[in-house]
Amino acid sequence: MARIARFLGRRLVQAAGVILGIAVINFLLVHLAPGDAVEVLAGEAGGAGDPGYVERLRARFGLDRPLHEQLALYLWNVVRLDFGYSFRHGTDVLDLILGRVPATLLLMVTSIAAAFLLGLVLGVTAARRVNTVTDNVIALVALLSYAIPLFWLGLMLVVLFSVMLGWLPSGGISTVGVDQSPLAYAADVARHAVLPTVTLTLFYMAVYTRLMRASMLEVTGHDFVRTARAKGLSERAVIWRHVLKNALLPMVTMIGMQVGSLLGGAVMVEMVFGWPGLGRLAFEAILARDLNLLLGILLLSSILVVAANILVDLAYAWLDPRIEVR
Amino acid sequence: MLGGSRLLGSMAALLMAVLAATATAQEQPVRGGTLRITVPEPVMLTGAFNSAGQIYVISPKIHDGLVAYDADFNLQPQLATAWTISADGKEMKFTLRPNVRWHDGKPFTSEDVAFSAMKVWKVAHPRGRSVYANLERVDTPDPLTAIFRFSQPAPYILNALFSAESQPVPRHIYDGTDLATNPNNVAPVGTGPFKFTRWERGQYLQLDRNPDYWDTGKPYLDRVVFRFIPDPGARTVAFETGEIDAGAGIPVPLSDARRLAGMPSMQVHLEGDEAINAQTFIEFNLRRPLFQDVRVRRAIAHAIDRGFIARNVYFNFATPATGPVSKDLKRFYTADVPAYPYDPALAQKLLDEAGLKRGSDGIRARITHDPLPGNEFYLRTAEYFRQAMQRIGIAVEIRTADFATWYRRIYTDNDFDTSNYAAFNLADPTMGVQRFYWSKNIVKGVAFSNGSGYANAEVDRAFELAQIEVDPARRTSLFQQMQKLVMGDVPNIPVVDLEWLSVTNRKVHNMIKPPLGPHGNFADAWMKP
Repeated sequence: MARIARFLGRRLVQAAGVILGIAVINFLLVHLAPGDAVEVLAGEAGGAGDPGYVERLRARFGLDRPLHEQLALYLWNVVRLDFGYSFRHGTDVLDLILGRVPATLLLMVTSIAAAFLLGLVLGVTAARRVNTVTDNVIALVALLSYAIPLFWLGLMLVVLFSVMLGWLPSGGISTVGVDQSPLAYAADVARHAVLPTVTLTLFYMAVYTRLMRASMLEVTGHDFVRTARAKGLSERAVIWRHVLKNALLPMVTMIGMQVGSLLGGAVMVEMVFGWPGLGRLAFEAILARDLNLLLGILLLSSILVVAANILVDLAYAWLDPRIEVR
Repeated sequence: MLGGSRLLGSMAALLMAVLAATATAQEQPVRGGTLRITVPEPVMLTGAFNSAGQIYVISPKIHDGLVAYDADFNLQPQLATAWTISADGKEMKFTLRPNVRWHDGKPFTSEDVAFSAMKVWKVAHPRGRSVYANLERVDTPDPLTAIFRFSQPAPYILNALFSAESQPVPRHIYDGTDLATNPNNVAPVGTGPFKFTRWERGQYLQLDRNPDYWDTGKPYLDRVVFRFIPDPGARTVAFETGEIDAGAGIPVPLSDARRLAGMPSMQVHLEGDEAINAQTFIEFNLRRPLFQDVRVRRAIAHAIDRGFIARNVYFNFATPATGPVSKDLKRFYTADVPAYPYDPALAQKLLDEAGLKRGSDGIRARITHDPLPGNEFYLRTAEYFRQAMQRIGIAVEIRTADFATWYRRIYTDNDFDTSNYAAFNLADPTMGVQRFYWSKNIVKGVAFSNGSGYANAEVDRAFELAQIEVDPARRTSLFQQMQKLVMGDVPNIPVVDLEWLSVTNRKVHNMIKPPLGPHGNFADAWMKP
């Protein structure tokens, strides 16, 4: 226990340094893009009658100050975990981000979980029937769902299930303009979540399937599997108790990486389905040069990636006793 | 055979349209229902100091204006019931409607009008500083009288007094606060037929019927919901599946609009953009030596087939433009201007005369071209432009970028050769046209200003006189003189007059009425159950 505490303590100190470093790089990177929030606002307004309008807005947004002053102010805010104010939206950045978190988590957690489970089952099946028709069909499905562009797949699902069959709504997260009971609302959200979740699941599933198959095949060749077979265990017991648990490590690594990108969401899917997630918010923030908002999302994502890495390291130790946390 | 059946089909469609029109005329408005409209997500909900396109659509439902217009742009009462303009044009007196209340219950008075004009429109509206430049003060002798006093006549203001452009906001909420960060901007209190209810960011905005609206019995609708659908293809789908009822400002790709127009349940409205009057341009950067020779500009104008662009890029939702004022701005337009019919041979001759000979590789000159991002037709126009220029020996490199980059290249750094974009004439050339050609509007960093760097003292004079001319006929003749001069110089090439179209389900009635169309207050709009 003491060892884990020491491990966590050291990693947290490192994490603080890493996050601060990322914050500086983020800040400098986003300022490389030409144009600023004020120009986009003025442009959207159909053009301003006089340059004073742009200058006044820039002064109000603090964009007229030298870059190093803006950086210092930003870092001071990061240290205090103050995400700042989005002048474009007229709201605190944290409120904007938190407003998008539920939808993002719903979509990403469901998709990654479904993809993990489906990938697991398909990968194990393919590995057990290696080089048979089943294996090849699974490989083909995985390849196709990975190679098809997400937006196209999403639109095709919409054409089939919304336009032609009329079974599911084409976009959004709930039916607008009607007042619903909480239960009906939950069912409504679930209906809206089906198509984006399926689209994203198919994409992630491919990776897990291939990873699981390769990992299973590798583990099957190990001595302890032969031993298990030799002592007369049933094939089912060999696979599920001995091979599978050992083959899971790469899958955990992969999940760790994807949890890191969880908050980034899936921009493409969110755009096609009008899903109110963080990916879309970030994308729109880039186009609008809403740097406070963009930096807020990036900062939160970097915190999540660092946290996910620490958790994955802990999970390794739990899954494989040979790995120790130090 | 195919041609025959298509003819039959279009005759049937025409017949159905006539029948539908007859049926509409007889139908009585129905109370109730929810109208679902798709617009891009706005950043705020009052148009008093932000004139972005979607705010132009949304905010007039929540905030009435002083006046509205009939189809011929005559003033119609809204918050003002009567108005008089002094003979010298320097005084406009508005009598306000009694017993109008803000959505929070406070009375609407002339103090609100005076505050909005002097402290909001004139100070913080993107166009306000120039539109209201001559406004000296607003007198409020009593709560229902507001007198606008000008240092010089400003006749064009009559075309800017509708809600979307000049929006009265509540003084009791804004006075003494920071306009930009006032919470009312995202949860507004207005006087209009619909009240703000909720705004789920990234999803939708909900407005509900104002039961205390001054026009008793209206609005007919219970609710208006604005849905934010980021993908253009997904918007088309939402129309087809009936998940949305209406959209404004070219809500779907024009190829889809053509298809939706053929569906019996859908209606594509070309009317209702009379206060917008969109045009598209190919603009020259006159700071470049190449484009300082008018023969080069004229040659390029002759090398562009505007009819081809109207048919193939805009699917006939546009007509070839002839000058800097849209044909649809009927009161000010003239066709009597130098014309540049499509004639590549003449274009080549003009280029030869200008001394631009073809090199050994067949190229006379190399230029870059920056299309405005955001809609597919700008890029299609740019691709046509590249091919058309290739024919006359000019090599074009298309540079695509996002809006912020484009803005900086064109208006801040002036680092471009040619570009293409769309712009609104609005309801008056002083507001919508002057900005592109007036030499005093060559200002770095201001979007949709005189980006080409064009300066002609006679054009300046025509604009400046028209700004203060109170006689409508003399004013029109000044604008017509300007159009001739500009087309002689061709600092840009007007490409098409574009229909800023709306799409509605046929269940929706009375929503798109000229001239304000989707920018009206929807008090008369109703839905067939």
